Amino acid sequence: MSVTAPAVPHAPSERGWFQRNRMTLTPLLFLLPGVLFFAVYVVIPIFQSFQISLYEWDGLGEATYIGLGNYQELMTDRAFEVSIWNNVKWLVLYLLAIPAGLFIALFLNQTVVGIRLYKSLFFFPFVLSQVVVGLVFSWFYLPREGILNGVLAFFGLEPVNVLGDPTLATYGIIAAGLWPQTAYCMILYLTGLNAVDPEQIEAGRLDGAKGIRMLWYVVLPQLKPATFIAFVVTIIGALRSFDLISIMTNGGPFGSTRVLSFYMFEKALSEYGFRMGYGAAIAVVLFLIMLIFIGYFLWQMWQDEKEARR
Amino acid sequence: MFPTPIQKRPVAAQALYQGLLPIALIMWLLPLIAVALFSIRPFSDFGAGNYWGWPSSFEMFHNYGQVFFNSDMPRYLWNSVLITVPTVVGAVALSCMTGFALGIYRFRGNLLIFFMFIAGNFVPFQILMVPVRDFTVSAGLYDTKLGLVLFHIAFQTGFCTLFMRNFIRALPYELIEAARVEGVSEWRIFWYVVLPLMRPATAALSVLIFTFIWNDYFWALVLTQGPNAQPVTAGITSFNSQFVAQYHLMSAGSIVAAIPPVAMFFLMQRHFIAGLTLGAVK
Repeated sequence: MSVTAPAVPHAPSERGWFQRNRMTLTPLLFLLPGVLFFAVYVVIPIFQSFQISLYEWDGLGEATYIGLGNYQELMTDRAFEVSIWNNVKWLVLYLLAIPAGLFIALFLNQTVVGIRLYKSLFFFPFVLSQVVVGLVFSWFYLPREGILNGVLAFFGLEPVNVLGDPTLATYGIIAAGLWPQTAYCMILYLTGLNAVDPEQIEAGRLDGAKGIRMLWYVVLPQLKPATFIAFVVTIIGALRSFDLISIMTNGGPFGSTRVLSFYMFEKALSEYGFRMGYGAAIAVVLFLIMLIFIGYFLWQMWQDEKEARR
Repeated sequence: MFPTPIQKRPVAAQALYQGLLPIALIMWLLPLIAVALFSIRPFSDFGAGNYWGWPSSFEMFHNYGQVFFNSDMPRYLWNSVLITVPTVVGAVALSCMTGFALGIYRFRGNLLIFFMFIAGNFVPFQILMVPVRDFTVSAGLYDTKLGLVLFHIAFQTGFCTLFMRNFIRALPYELIEAARVEGVSEWRIFWYVVLPLMRPATAALSVLIFTFIWNDYFWALVLTQGPNAQPVTAGITSFNSQFVAQYHLMSAGSIVAAIPPVAMFFLMQRHFIAGLTLGAVK
């Protein structure tokens, strides 16, 4: 066999293997560091937590396999039940941030002198850390020094000790959380309102739509992307609530303000003992609740992707 | 424009609106205004029961001086800087690369990896807590700034990738094709064509991540424990136990802790809001 020149000349064969495969290799190389980091710190730990939740483990000594023992214990744990119910309260009430944010956005969507500054000042609570928001509101609620009771007294009402009362404390914390969350939803809607098609508004006006009807039938449908994002960040925020509870009540009074994220931390990493396995089991429950929403969000985004692909 | 521009309304309505604006703002910021007032009062005001009235004297310099010269606060602030800035650089750098890979190339598993980043970004922190803490301890990084930085970079890469990839998708693809026809290597396309176009996205992300990381409390609690490595969000609780029930100092301390992200927001407002509202408009 003699080597003859191929009828169809090879793609420049002096170029190396890398050059020939560069369209597959380049994205892989670019992805590698990010994916590696993300796998080590996010993806793998999720599976590890599932595994740890099957053990009784103090974080230092030997771990003992106990199967679903931790989950069985959860079923009869009163504090766990309280935490779940509080999570439900957080989820439902936190969603108020969306209409409240829309309301403020509509109020501020004008072009008068200084309105930009007003918008910024309404928004900036969102930039504060939850720790600071928690402190600010715990002082706001102080029975004697707090300005809330000052205002109540001004209107001749009885003073309340919001954070000291087991029936009120959770609502007090949620109210504090709603403050920055509403600001976030407001800015989403302000941006959305900016992009509302003026011609459709005019057409609506000609058809005699006004006020609430205009808002509902003409404006809100155009604000759908903003509403979706507001919904996503509000749900995630509600289920992530930890900082405010830790700062404002530390779970009290009498454990009445615990939520899953806080109770998990308490069990795994605080003076109540280092029960890593039990904590991991609580985290798994929280994760599964979150997974319902994550699944929904991803499905929505998947629909958008398909549309964008033409 | 919706609602109807106020200029088209009767003069009375306009005046009402102008009057309502400051009142609404004061009500909205009332808790914060109260704290700001606390922080300039003398201690004696609290003993005398003068909580919301006119301060009997203005002790701004004294109170804030205490925070800066008589507590660990400056140390915590510096720790926060040393944690936040490397995280911003690391997460933005990593996500420029992942965003480029996912936004430009078509390959099997592209969407899968992209959705992994998005999903990971939504998980509750608690599901990561025990393993991440364990890993950090065994790597000898517990109670170090580096331990915190590495975790933050990894976690923020999720959100940053979502952001960068969508931004790159919106760039004109013809630019990249033109460069390829010219024979420019892929690496050079990234460096000389795409990266310069990503500047606005990089700016927006940097400001956002700065705020997120500066304000982190949970991971500071899990991965650090003393003034050596704790950022200001965790340090403020020790600060508050140092000055327990001295509201004038505690409020000054929390205002100091809040200033850097607030300043960042007011200075970089356009970028900040552009980043935060990405996707809110189709």
